[in-house]
Amino acid sequence: MPRRNTQIFILVLIVFILAGLVVLPFDDGIWLRRGIRLGLDLQGGTHIVYQVDLSSVEPGQEASTVAGVMGVLDNRINPMGVTEPVIQKRGGDRITVELPGRDISDKEKERLSRVVMLEFGELASENETARWENERGRWKPATAIINGEEKALTSQYFEENTYVRQGEMGGVELIFEWDKEGSELSEEITGRLIGQPMAIFEGDEALRGEEGQPYAPVVQSTIVDVGQITGLSFDDATSLSQQLNAGRLPAPLTIIDDEIISPILGEKFVEMSLQAGLIGIILVMLFMIIYYRLSGLLASLALVFYGLLVMALFKLIPVTLTLAGIGGFVLSIGMAVDANILIFERVKEELRAGRTLGAAIEAGFNRAWAAIRDSNVTTFIICGILYWLGSSIVASAPVKGFALTFFIGVAISMFTAIIVTRTLLRLFVGTSLAQRTWLFSPRLGRK
Amino acid sequence: MFDIVGKRLWYIVISGVVILAGIVSLATFGLKLGIEFESGSMMTVSFEEDVTEEALKNELASLDYGNAIVQSFEEEGSYLIRLPELSNEAKDDLVDGLAAGLGDIKESSFDKNVSPMVAAETGRNTFWAVFVAAIGILLYVTWAFHRMPNPFRYGTCAIIALVHDALVALGTFSLLGGLLGWEIDLMFVTGVLAVVGYSVNDTVVIFDRIRENLTRYTRADFRTVVNNSLVETLSRSMNTSLTTLFVVLALQLFVGESIQNFAVVLIIGVITGTYSSLCVAPQLLVAWEKGELARFFRWLPRRGGRQ
Repeated sequence: MPRRNTQIFILVLIVFILAGLVVLPFDDGIWLRRGIRLGLDLQGGTHIVYQVDLSSVEPGQEASTVAGVMGVLDNRINPMGVTEPVIQKRGGDRITVELPGRDISDKEKERLSRVVMLEFGELASENETARWENERGRWKPATAIINGEEKALTSQYFEENTYVRQGEMGGVELIFEWDKEGSELSEEITGRLIGQPMAIFEGDEALRGEEGQPYAPVVQSTIVDVGQITGLSFDDATSLSQQLNAGRLPAPLTIIDDEIISPILGEKFVEMSLQAGLIGIILVMLFMIIYYRLSGLLASLALVFYGLLVMALFKLIPVTLTLAGIGGFVLSIGMAVDANILIFERVKEELRAGRTLGAAIEAGFNRAWAAIRDSNVTTFIICGILYWLGSSIVASAPVKGFALTFFIGVAISMFTAIIVTRTLLRLFVGTSLAQRTWLFSPRLGRK
Repeated sequence: MFDIVGKRLWYIVISGVVILAGIVSLATFGLKLGIEFESGSMMTVSFEEDVTEEALKNELASLDYGNAIVQSFEEEGSYLIRLPELSNEAKDDLVDGLAAGLGDIKESSFDKNVSPMVAAETGRNTFWAVFVAAIGILLYVTWAFHRMPNPFRYGTCAIIALVHDALVALGTFSLLGGLLGWEIDLMFVTGVLAVVGYSVNDTVVIFDRIRENLTRYTRADFRTVVNNSLVETLSRSMNTSLTTLFVVLALQLFVGESIQNFAVVLIIGVITGTYSSLCVAPQLLVAWEKGELARFFRWLPRRGGRQ
């Protein structure tokens, strides 16, 4: 047992040092050149104001169009991995978007405001008017007559399940599926155009492949359900696919203001809450040492270890900390010592029952385990359900942020309170210190 | 040995009265929604002279807009202010007031009607999330105690304690809103989630001890076993709530007003959570076991009929 304990101790020490290398200093990191990510409420970010062009919207439809634009923007921001953006309608025709972080590139901002409407084109004959012209020829919209109505083939008939894959030849393929009407149109048009090129346009520009050439493949066979676009760069294909799935903007946007803005909770909030958290932890440690003596001291060491590990995980995953996340973290500090309190109370009971220190420690850990397990599993269930609901059915970013940090905190505290504290305690059993029971419980010492 | 269980009727009555008061308050005052949840106005201003964020906040507070959210732009002396919805006159007064207090305004723009920062559904969504989580807890606790007779009772009592704590927090804030004008914000929502997490954790630890003692002392009376379990876990319950309170109090004292809602909800929650895990959940368990609940529910309609 003692040898195995020493091995565990060394392992714990190694994890401790690794975590330290990841965490310190907070805003950078010796190992990973990365600070802890903070949300809009804590760190501030980019404040963009979009003007919605409502000129082509029918009167009376303005409000619902702007609401539609906001929904699409929200869908597009999500895959950017951004936590808790703020999207607000401002007056009748402007939208404010605030995103955490200062380093949102111009390209990303442009992508957010892109209409994303792909139009399919076929070559126009000499006497026809062309809608587009480029080095591959003069193009007109590819149309077909369905139910007596002439319709153009566009991405509005895509199902919202496009995806990008690496094709057999190594090229990048964007796969899309036509909806019912789209299938009919596509069957009609591609059937008519076999052996001829088709191009895809977005606005006035042709979709271009990796080398900048306009995209205009020759139709090989009739396309009914599933189509593909090949030859785009991986980056372009991925963002196009995400945007197609997020939906088409019902009206064009232009950026009219773009600035860096300070955090909602004020500049000093993070600094102050870090300080407050530290003071809180020190108070907890003092309490533990006064009440549980040597065991309390070891639990305090475990608590330092806990803080460091949680921070390291926040950086590694990485977790974007927001107010709600800090809430989960703070609560988990308070509860981190709960497992230790459970164990130490148990050890005291066993000592009172007349066991030796070594036996009391082992029995204390074993008996407290069921309570620690059940109480923490219920916490995990809460976190799991809140996270799942927070990210899907009843989407609510604060709920999700809280659940994530609370889960990490409680999971790590199980490890530190049980493994770390036990390993440290075992190191003391068998030394002469263990004879002095007052080190473990004041009342027992006095007897 | 303390007799905690003997006074169970009193605890349940006290809880009942507090919760009833909370529900009455919720029905009359409701919850006062903060600026984040409601549509309002938005103003950008830049001053001729350098004005600090703090000075601007103080000036807004003295003009009775203490709840405004102020953010600064990178450009010195220019700010974004989120306000409750203002009429054009109120806006003009505000601009004049700011100019009088902080010097000339270089530029300002105003949007009268701006949609809420946080979708109004957030509150309702949080409620549903907690509701589903409660069902999850009910199932797990019932499963964890499946070797005990009537495992379903443990799950039910844990959930009652959870709802109890959440209701006390909501009721208190409704009262604070009605009497002192406190508004609820995202801090509050986070705080309620934390209370729910804390409450269940605390209750399950005590149930666990009851389970252990029931299997160890099979001949003892249920009431005695529950009482002994409560006494044995009492110092743990107190110590855990103390350590949690230390952290929360530190937040309240050293971060101050901006985190006040979170801290206050948690202080209330830790106290009621500890109370409910000692004086509500296990007491209901005993009352249920002894058939007192059934008698109570039979008694209710008779009382109602007599009136």
